[in-house]
Amino acid sequence: MDEIDKKIINALQNGFPICDAPYQQVAGQLNLTEQELLARLTILLDNGTLTRFGPLYNAELMGGALTLAAVKAPHDRFDELTDIINSFPEVAHNYARNHELNMWFVLATDAPEQIAQTIMAIEQKTGLTVYNMPKIKEYFVNLKLEA
Amino acid sequence: MLETRDLELLEHIQRGLPVCSRPYLEIGLCCGMSETEVIERLTKLKQQGLIKRLGVIVKHRQLGYRANAMIVWNVPDQVIKQLGKEISHFSFVTLCYQRPKQPEWPYNLYCMIHGKDKATVLNQLEQLIEACHLNCFDKEILFSRQCFKQRGAIYQKPGPSLAHG
Repeated sequence: MDEIDKKIINALQNGFPICDAPYQQVAGQLNLTEQELLARLTILLDNGTLTRFGPLYNAELMGGALTLAAVKAPHDRFDELTDIINSFPEVAHNYARNHELNMWFVLATDAPEQIAQTIMAIEQKTGLTVYNMPKIKEYFVNLKLEA
Repeated sequence: MLETRDLELLEHIQRGLPVCSRPYLEIGLCCGMSETEVIERLTKLKQQGLIKRLGVIVKHRQLGYRANAMIVWNVPDQVIKQLGKEISHFSFVTLCYQRPKQPEWPYNLYCMIHGKDKATVLNQLEQLIEACHLNCFDKEILFSRQCFKQRGAIYQKPGPSLAHG
């Protein structure tokens, strides 16, 4: 990844135009040709620097639901519990964190009522209490990681 | 209200926009819409907030952001809104939420800081605490040890209930 790649990543985290020739517009802002931008983006996607180039949906407006949940996973069962929890398709992210509540995961479901059902199913399969921390309010963040 | 054609379009682009000169034309060809219709529908969906963002989704570890901490605070209800707004303005804060307190878990304000390393994250947290006068509130700092799973929320074709809703 060189300086031009970084410039591209930083610019495209701010958004992508919705018009006939969006790459040409972005290329113009970055003093690149459209061909060069397309070629570099293809490489960044192929080598995994960029996960995805596309939309981020508002799950709730789409009729779905999200929540943050956590469990206290005993150390001797940690790997087993990781496998169980990750096997649920509703688990979108799962992180180990340094706390007594040491496994934190995001649940994403197609409908709100499925959140409680999934939590119950996870509790049954793991034998653990699942702490559910649904969002009350989201504060707007300009999500951008400087490359 | 979401129309069936919006849903088709959203489902089609969720795995990514084509990297070519006329991406919206290509999307249209795949779902039987003109380029103009694709552009109009996407513009509307963006304005309505159904599409939160259109652009690149980065893997933070690939960009050298190896440390992330979730910091949780116990703050009084009267000030939570103001603090949430202040905290979310810092460029290193990547998420900021109010969540309910729980028995054994008295925290209601959550934020995430991504940094190149742990020391940078702690340093940024210090800046945040000082600037927003957060030192009087109980907090916990939960660094991530390992990421087991990370996927985008994949949107699935709606069942009859949503299509008729």
